[in-house]
Amino acid sequence: MSSPVVHAHGAPQGFIRRYIFSLDHKVIGIQYYFLALFSVFLGMSLSVLMRFHMVYPDAKVSLFEKLWPTGAAGGIMTPELYLSLMTMHGTIMVFFVLTTAPQSGFGNYFLPIQIGAEDMAFPVLNMLSFWTTLLALVVMVSAFFVQGGAPLSGWTAYPPLSAVGPLSGPGEGMGQTLWVISIAIFCGASLMGAINFIATTIDLRARGMSMMRLPLTVWSWFVTAILGLLGFAVLLAAGVLLLLDRMAGTSFFLPAGLVVNDQILNHKGGSPLLWQHLFWFFGHPEVYIAILPGMGLASQLLATFSRKPIFGYRAMVYAILGIGFLGFFVWGHHMFMSGMNPYSAMAFSILTMSIGVPSAIKTFNWIGTLWGGRIRFTTAMLFALGFVSLFVSGGISGIFLGQPALDLYFHDTYFVVGHFHMIMGVAAIFGMFGGTFYWFPKMFGRMMNETLGKIHFYLTFLGVYAIFTPMHFLGIAGNPRRYADFTNFEFMNNLMPVHKFMTHAAIFTAVVQLIFVFNLFWSMRKGAKAPVNPWDSTTLEWTVSSPPPFDNFAGKHPVVNHGAYEYSVPGAAKDYIMQSDPA
Amino acid sequence: MLLGVIVWILTVVICYFFLGHYWWFPPPISEHGQAYDAQFNATLWVTGVIFFLAQIALGYVIIRFRDKGGTAKYSHGNNMMEALWTSATALLFIGLVLAGTRIWAAVHFAEAPADALRIEVLGKQFAWSFRYPGPDGKFGRTDIKQINDQGGNSFGIDEKDPAGKDDITSASIKVPAGKPILLILKSRDVIHNFFVRELRLKQDIVPGMEIPFHFQADKIGVYEVPCSELCGLGHHQMRTTLEVMSEANFEKWKQEQAAQK
Repeated sequence: MSSPVVHAHGAPQGFIRRYIFSLDHKVIGIQYYFLALFSVFLGMSLSVLMRFHMVYPDAKVSLFEKLWPTGAAGGIMTPELYLSLMTMHGTIMVFFVLTTAPQSGFGNYFLPIQIGAEDMAFPVLNMLSFWTTLLALVVMVSAFFVQGGAPLSGWTAYPPLSAVGPLSGPGEGMGQTLWVISIAIFCGASLMGAINFIATTIDLRARGMSMMRLPLTVWSWFVTAILGLLGFAVLLAAGVLLLLDRMAGTSFFLPAGLVVNDQILNHKGGSPLLWQHLFWFFGHPEVYIAILPGMGLASQLLATFSRKPIFGYRAMVYAILGIGFLGFFVWGHHMFMSGMNPYSAMAFSILTMSIGVPSAIKTFNWIGTLWGGRIRFTTAMLFALGFVSLFVSGGISGIFLGQPALDLYFHDTYFVVGHFHMIMGVAAIFGMFGGTFYWFPKMFGRMMNETLGKIHFYLTFLGVYAIFTPMHFLGIAGNPRRYADFTNFEFMNNLMPVHKFMTHAAIFTAVVQLIFVFNLFWSMRKGAKAPVNPWDSTTLEWTVSSPPPFDNFAGKHPVVNHGAYEYSVPGAAKDYIMQSDPA
Repeated sequence: MLLGVIVWILTVVICYFFLGHYWWFPPPISEHGQAYDAQFNATLWVTGVIFFLAQIALGYVIIRFRDKGGTAKYSHGNNMMEALWTSATALLFIGLVLAGTRIWAAVHFAEAPADALRIEVLGKQFAWSFRYPGPDGKFGRTDIKQINDQGGNSFGIDEKDPAGKDDITSASIKVPAGKPILLILKSRDVIHNFFVRELRLKQDIVPGMEIPFHFQADKIGVYEVPCSELCGLGHHQMRTTLEVMSEANFEKWKQEQAAQK
C-alpha cells in the first residue's frame, strides 16, 4: 500500500496546459487559492455594506444606486437588498472561501507533497473539480444581475421561503434558482475533490509514510474529504429536490394549505422540516470541513515554531477522527426550535456536548505543545496562536448554544452570529493566513514581508475581537439576527451604540486587509528568494526546491523514516529531524 | 511577547464586560424565566472560568516560552494528563446539559394544564394575528378560501360555522397574569418564530404544522415580540406585543371584544 505508485502524466506543454487547464496539483491548488481570495474580498465587501446599512438604514449613497439600480433606488438600500447581500455573503464565505481555500487550495498543493507523491491520484478529475467550482462561482455571482436580484432566504435557504418563487419576495425567482443550481454544481465539484483526496491519501503515500507518521495537516485534509464526500452528496440531493419543488410543481418541502401573498398554492404533503434535516446533515459537517484543516495547520505551525513535537500526536489524530465521526450526529442542534420532536433534542444535545470534548483535547494539546518550547514569533506562528485564542473564544459559546434549554432564548440571535463567526469564520481564516505565510515561500519561491505581516496580524486580531465579541452581548440582550433595520423595536434601538461600534470595527478591519493583499502581490515579485527550508520544518515539502519541480521530487522517491514532528530530539545534530532523514 | 500581553488584556476586558451586565437580558417575568437565568449563570461561570484559564495560559506560554536561546523540551505528551482533562471536560459539559434538562422538559415534555387558556397564533408575511375562542369556549372552523386580511379575517374563519361567530381576533396578544396559557402556533406562508425575551421562550412556527406551546407570565406589562426566523423582506418589521394584564382587566378586554361582534 505504501509503495510509490508511478502514474505520472507528462510534463505540460505550453501556457494553457501549464497554467489554465493544468493537471498539476500545485497549479490547481494556486488556482483554488486565488478563487478563494477573490471570493473572500467579495464576501467581505458585502458584509461591510450590510454593517453600514444596519446602523445607517436611511443613508443615501449614490454608489449603491449605481451598483443596484432597483435594490437601492434613490441610493437608499432596501431591506430586500440587505437580505440578498446577507444571503450572498454567507453563501460565498461558506462555500467559496471556507470550503475552498483550506481544503482545495492548500490541500491540493501540499497533500501530495507531504505524503511523498508526485501528484493527486486522479489529475484530470482534479482539474475538472476546479473548473466546476469556478463555474459554480460564476453562476452564484450572476444571481446579482438577474430580474429581482439575488435571493433573500439566507445561506440556509429554508423553504417555503426559498421554494415558492417570486411570490415570497424579490430575489426568490431567477435569483434563487441560480443559487440552487450553483450549489448543486459546487456539490459535484466537491465530491470529485473529496474522492481524489481520499484515494491519494490511501494509495500514494511514500514508503515508510505510515498513517501515524502523517503530518496532522494531512490527517485533517483526509478526514475533511470524508466529511465532504458524505455531506455534499446529501446537499446535492436536497438541492435537486428543492429545484423540483420550484420548477416542477413537486411538494417535497411544501405542505398543503399555503397562502403566500394572498395566493393559494396547490402543493400538498411536503415538510419544511425535511429540508432542514437534509441541509443540516450536510451543514454541520460543513462546519468541520471549514475548521479541521485550520486545526491541522495550527498543529503543524505550533510544533514547528515552538520547536517541539506535538503534545499527544495520537490523541490529536483520535480527536480529528472523533470530531469527524460525531460531526454527523449533531445536526439537530440547529433545529432545537424548529418544531421537530423535542425528545430528539436531548439526544442531539448530549452528542453536541460530546463533540466539545475532542475540541477541548486539541486546545489542551496545543498549549501542551507550546509548554517548554522555544517559540519563534514568525507571522505564521502569530496567526496560529491567534487561531488558538479565537478557537477557545468561539468554541466556548457553543456550550451555551448546545443546550436546548438555553437555545430557547439564543436561537437566531446575534449570540449565534458571534459564535459561528468567531470559530468557523475568523478562526478558520486565521488558519488560512497562517498557511499563507508558512507556505508562500514554497509556493512562489519568495518570502513574504514579515514586518507587514506582523502589522497586519495585530490589527486584524484586535479588529476581529472588536467586531465579534459585542455580538454576544447583543444576543444576550435578545437582538434577532437577519434584521435589515432595528428601528422598529424599542429594545433594539437601545442597542444601537453597540451596532455602531461593530460597524466601525468592521470597516477598520476590512481596510487593514489591504496590507495583506499588498504584501501578497508585492512579495510574489519582490520578496527575498526563499531557501528550500526557511522555517527548519520537518515535513517532506521542505526537502524540495521552492517552488517544487513539476513532479515534486524530481524523479526520486522519498523514503520516510521519522514521525512528522521530531523537533529538539536530544543528541541530534540540528534541532529538527526531517521525515526523510536517514533512520 | 506582545501577543501574550494582548491576549491577557483582551481576556480581562471581555470578562469585565460580561461581569458588568452592560447589555443584558431584560428581567424575567415567569418561573421558567428565573430557572432559565439560573442555568445561564451556571453555564456562564463554568465556561467563563475555562475561557479565562485557557486564554491566560495561552498568554503565559507565549511570554514564558519565547525563544531565549537554549533548547526546547523533547516530549511527546503525557497520557495521564490527556486522560485527566478529557474526562474532566466530558463531565463538565455533559453535566451542564443534564442540569438544563428540567427546564427543557418543563417547556416541551410537560403538557399544558387542562384549564390553560387556548390562543391561536398565526404568523404571515409580515404580521401577527391571535385568536381567542368566544364565550362558547370553542374555535370555529377555518377555510383558507375565506382568508381576508383587509376584512379582518386573517385566519379564514368559516362563516358557516356557528362556533366561529364569537371568536375574538387581535393583532397583539393579551394574556392574564398568573394563568397557564396554551398557544397553538400556525403559519400560512413561510416559517416565522414567536419570541418573547422576558419569557425566555422561543418557538418556530412552521406552515403545515400546529405546534402547541405553553407558558405562564406573572408580571404585568407590555413586552415586544420580534419575529425570529427569517421570513422575507419585511422580517424586521414583523413586530407585535405581548400584554400581560391582571385577570380582571383581561376579562374586561375579552368582554369588550365579544361585544363588538
